[in-house]
Amino acid sequence: MRSASSATAEAITSPADRGASQKALRRHQIAEMLAAWSLAGPALLLLIVLFFLPVFAVIAVALTDWQFGASSFTFVGLANFRELLADEVFRASFVNSILYVVIVVPGTIVLGLAIALLIESGKSFRAFYRAIHFLPFMATLTATAIAWEALLHPTIGLVNQTFVSLGLPTANWLRDENTVLPVLAIIGVWQNLGYAMVLFLAGMKSIPQDLYDAADIDGADAFLDRLRTVTLPMLGPVTMFIFIVVALKAFETFDTVQILTQGGPGHASEMLLYTLYRESFQYLRTGYGASVAVVFLFIVVALTLIQARVMDKKVHYQ
Amino acid sequence: MAAITIEKIEKSFGATPVLRDVSLKIADGEFLTLLGPSGCGKSTLLRILAGLEVQTGGSVAIGERVVDGVRPNWRDVAMVFQSYALYPHMTVQENMAVPLRMRRLSAWQRLPLVGRFRPGTKAVAAEIETEVMRTAKALGIGHLLARKPGQLSGGQRQRVAVGRAMVRQPAVFLMDEPLSNLDAKLRVQMRAEIKELHDRLGVTFVYVTHDQSEAMTMSDRVAVMLDGELLQVAAPQEIYANPDDLRVAEFIGSPKINKLQARVRDGGLAETAGTSFTIPADIALGTDVALGIRPEAFHLVEAGGHNILTGAVRLVEHMGSDLYVHLDVPGTHHPVIARLLAERAPQITFGRTLHLGVKPERLLLFAGDGRRLRPHDHKSASLVKMKERVQ
Repeated sequence: MRSASSATAEAITSPADRGASQKALRRHQIAEMLAAWSLAGPALLLLIVLFFLPVFAVIAVALTDWQFGASSFTFVGLANFRELLADEVFRASFVNSILYVVIVVPGTIVLGLAIALLIESGKSFRAFYRAIHFLPFMATLTATAIAWEALLHPTIGLVNQTFVSLGLPTANWLRDENTVLPVLAIIGVWQNLGYAMVLFLAGMKSIPQDLYDAADIDGADAFLDRLRTVTLPMLGPVTMFIFIVVALKAFETFDTVQILTQGGPGHASEMLLYTLYRESFQYLRTGYGASVAVVFLFIVVALTLIQARVMDKKVHYQ
Repeated sequence: MAAITIEKIEKSFGATPVLRDVSLKIADGEFLTLLGPSGCGKSTLLRILAGLEVQTGGSVAIGERVVDGVRPNWRDVAMVFQSYALYPHMTVQENMAVPLRMRRLSAWQRLPLVGRFRPGTKAVAAEIETEVMRTAKALGIGHLLARKPGQLSGGQRQRVAVGRAMVRQPAVFLMDEPLSNLDAKLRVQMRAEIKELHDRLGVTFVYVTHDQSEAMTMSDRVAVMLDGELLQVAAPQEIYANPDDLRVAEFIGSPKINKLQARVRDGGLAETAGTSFTIPADIALGTDVALGIRPEAFHLVEAGGHNILTGAVRLVEHMGSDLYVHLDVPGTHHPVIARLLAERAPQITFGRTLHLGVKPERLLLFAGDGRRLRPHDHKSASLVKMKERVQ
């Protein structure tokens, strides 16, 4: 095929051929467009089928009273969302999810950073410490949840036995509505800690030594001054990333609730994804469940937008 | 105001020695350049002066005070890094204020939010701001104070780094290749500015570079380092004209000095490349020496002979006012390079045979181990030779 530039050159030299050469140019453009579509097409198709269509389907279903398996449904507008607002269980679930995130995210970030700093400041057993802290993140939560259940058992669990021997007050951790959510949050922190730690360690590795040298010369040589002048600001992008990812993971918490508490006692550990699951697949109220999913989707999109905005402007120091 | 005394500094990283027995006295207010190829240990020596690196042996004194084991902060030194090492999250103003804030404000007063309500914070902060402003204006970066390093050009960042060092009025300025990230034109300009800064401040500057033109143009004295050893410390002109060591002679000067292997013959002559050169008479017969001839030491003569190299032109480089002529001289491994006046150009064409004369006083004579042989040294050299013969 002739290239666009040679076609243009011809057009200048012989005006009589202008029509023909313009045709060639057009053919070239079409071929380029076809190539572009055929390259981007498969990914676009997957994105539409696996992401956009389900999202639109969920939003559409959320506007109906469809029940799973039913042969008919009616359009109910925003009725599902009005019901959500009035629903005690959903409200408890929403508040619990927020509380859970509010404990898990800062807990994970602060402890993850602390452990990363400790590992980085020591010289021996670094790989070992990294590995044992990362292990919970690798392990199947379903399995570790059962281990936690055994640890937290009110009579024979290690936690209560330790507390008794130390003279501390004990509790039926997973059956007490005052303790169940904090305990689930602690498990959540335990699980995500290693992930945050590994990312922090990687972030620390990429901080130029020159900056620490400059801080030493400038007099910012005490631990806290170094932390504030160099380490923390330079970990900004990593921290933001961990914040978003852990927040998303915390909002998605399902397995610990399902295995350890089933949302109980009462609705003290009811969380968004668990409510969604129960409404949709246990009560088969698919339309109502879909409206919970829309709320969930809203939160996820909001977090992602925050990430995109803040990350580019505030933490990359451009 | 401080002189620096470096005594018998040794440094090794693990089993690898980086600095070997380096001793050096730097006068108060002097501009001293540590010059050497990369990996010669010059940056390590600078970092030891700064306190960022701890020496394996030896001692450093700044002013009257021995500073071994003293933290960088308490050595009264400021440093400019090759990467500038500006804090990317702070504005220029904040960057320059760091050294002052760390010194003049207590840990409580530096706390975010709460700090400004501690007694006295406001007055000190205002004072710091005035001083930063004054320094920034002096460096011509007053209008950049609100920007972050990411928004600055290389030259501007360099100035901010100098400003951050300057603002606290240190006794000693340490500079680690501060110009090597700049383009050639800016480098020449900043070179002059740093020199001016030194003249204005009058404090001791220790400047590390691998660029001989920086070293030659800026320094009061140049310390040439190679493989962790200090080879020679002298004024730039002295280093060039009167090197102590063949390695110094080879490192300084562009194009490189011509090195000819020669053997001493009867009557104070050194024989090389089919000719002979007059050398001081007291070097023992048969000694192997190296003759160093700077490219500009040659002058064109009509015919070959004693003190004259003869060879065929291999390449002519026109440099404007000068010509660099590469000559194939029989009996040498490398082409001999001569710097001649450009007006000779028409005569000098490829393949032509040229005769280059050298005045005996412009010959630099080196012993086999690279040590410079000066007239008063010759006796010891011949003694060495005699001892070898006896054995």
